[in-house]
Amino acid sequence: MADRYIEPDTPELRARWGNFAWTAENAEKAKDVVSRYPAGRQRSAVMPLLDLAQRQVGAELNTQGWLPIPVMEYIAAYLDMPVIRVVEVASFYTMYNIAPIGRFHVQVCGTTPCMLRGSDDLLETCKSRGMKKGHISEDGLWSFTEVECMGNCASAPMVQINDDNYEDLTSARLNAVLDALARGETPKAGTQDPARHTVEPVGEPTNLAAMITENHDYRSEW
Amino acid sequence: MALLDKDRIFTNLYGYQPWNLKEAQARGAWDNTKALIERGRDAIIDEMKASGLRGRGGAGFPTGMKWSFMPKQPPLDQAGNPKPSFLVINADESEPGSCKDREIMRHDPHLLFEGALVAGFAMGARAAYIYIRGEYIREAETLFAAREEAYAAGLLGKNACGSGYDFDVFVHRGAGAYICGEETAMIESLEGKKGQPRLKPPFPAGAGLYGCPTTVNNVESIAVAPTILRRGAAWFSSFGRENNKGTKLFQISGHVNRPCVVEEEMSIPFSELIERHCGGIRGGKDNLLAVIPGGSSVPLVPAADIWDAPMDFDGLKAVGSGLGTAAVIVMDKSTDIVRAISRISYFYKHESCGQCTPCREGTGWMWRVMERLRTGDAEVEEIDMLQQVTKQVEGHTICALGDAAAWPIQGLIRHFRPELERRIAENVREAAE
Repeated sequence: MADRYIEPDTPELRARWGNFAWTAENAEKAKDVVSRYPAGRQRSAVMPLLDLAQRQVGAELNTQGWLPIPVMEYIAAYLDMPVIRVVEVASFYTMYNIAPIGRFHVQVCGTTPCMLRGSDDLLETCKSRGMKKGHISEDGLWSFTEVECMGNCASAPMVQINDDNYEDLTSARLNAVLDALARGETPKAGTQDPARHTVEPVGEPTNLAAMITENHDYRSEW
Repeated sequence: MALLDKDRIFTNLYGYQPWNLKEAQARGAWDNTKALIERGRDAIIDEMKASGLRGRGGAGFPTGMKWSFMPKQPPLDQAGNPKPSFLVINADESEPGSCKDREIMRHDPHLLFEGALVAGFAMGARAAYIYIRGEYIREAETLFAAREEAYAAGLLGKNACGSGYDFDVFVHRGAGAYICGEETAMIESLEGKKGQPRLKPPFPAGAGLYGCPTTVNNVESIAVAPTILRRGAAWFSSFGRENNKGTKLFQISGHVNRPCVVEEEMSIPFSELIERHCGGIRGGKDNLLAVIPGGSSVPLVPAADIWDAPMDFDGLKAVGSGLGTAAVIVMDKSTDIVRAISRISYFYKHESCGQCTPCREGTGWMWRVMERLRTGDAEVEEIDMLQQVTKQVEGHTICALGDAAAWPIQGLIRHFRPELERRIAENVREAAE
């Protein structure tokens, strides 16, 4: 099991987040989320709502966002479920940050397929920039985690930073991405190999070549 | 013979063209889906059975048969009202090495939505939930947008495709737990709980999501269904060997010259798959050390055994492994094989849900011993002890995560025991010097 520690509930935390409530926009979204599940089964919405709350906290703090205990209590009240059931979910699923986090959450995949393609170099690159696993950098810009398989194995090694994936990385390509983010730019997501589109074999196409130039309909050839 | 482009189901696999409804329809998606539905439930299920499609999520259970397990008449709840049935689509693709469902969802989501309608109708489901892993953030955005398109065009929702059948599809995002790929854990998670697997029976087809009849299918199994129905079971079953029919998305990662995702016919020999699409093994054929042919949970296969093996369920079983999700992890001779497997052990330690003691304690224990074997800081007897412990974890847990943690280690010991012994011997010698 993953070792995770929840940010303690303190009077300061309560003073800061005790008044948490949906923004007008998120209140609409929350309603829409709950409507996806049958009546009386609103508990099913706990996962999407935790994500929404984390994003709202993040927007307020200009970070990836996290879930202070009073925010979890708000969700519990919203869905009419016990607080512990919400805390249980938030601490079980690793994408919910249960402690404060930096502006950019650099998640380097270190599982075997990425390891075989050089994720050690990426971890080293992050460390050499002063990042430390499980810590926020002093300028508040970076949080650094080694994560388990992200499902981008055919374009490994990869890093997920907040909502975007950066694939086919080398140390130099990762540095370029991180530099761009630090400058406030939005680097192109996806593969960082200039010769590659997505997950096709790089170079001469081995299949589906007709699709490259036109939206080919193969049905006439059936 | 190579699979021809015209026989590929996922023609926009690489995303060269837009995923949107208009372009997807131009490629053949949502083409008179009403006619498929008018064939009726039994005819659809019979066609799927005849096609020989086996589930693409790893276990390989025949898809048509799975659909037929759903009750023909809905069971009644305590108040005497009929219970709804659900289709849950497993898009929680998290098995290390697997990256195929992502390409379907971000580049051809309409194939999945159309498949959801057809499959949902065939099993009498009221709605489908697509459970997509949380880390697929952009892919989920595409699914939400594609869903909007399909509803706006009247393809889903009330009177879907003008068929008279009401069918809803919802997208539910996970949040980073591998275990939710297990079908009952997925149902728990959909109900807003920790993703801890349920004991079976009752099986989901009897009592699944919200206690209602439920079928859980992999994304690829659902997305191929409309094309199979259009082109016929005979077409689909013309690919692959007996009992291993159809086309399949293979995902090749690791030490090949050109890693990729590619749709090929089942039973293609490993060598052909690698030579044709991946530009061969890095450093040439003789540089191949071992292959994990079906995602991290299947045992590795040494170079000599894998080279000519047909890539299908039975062919890989014959070499002591399995097809799993067809996630092919290739390792050349530069690989620290013990570390590669130990890293997989760490993965299972990280992802154990903590419910069953053999898995919760065993995965951590096995990883710690693997780390000592990696450096040789162990006794030779501990290799046998580790083997025994894997046998005590395997088969003694509610779900298959315990088995999945045990098999890679068993594969390592089976094929690379001399390497483990060499490291221990060297470590002892170094200590003596």
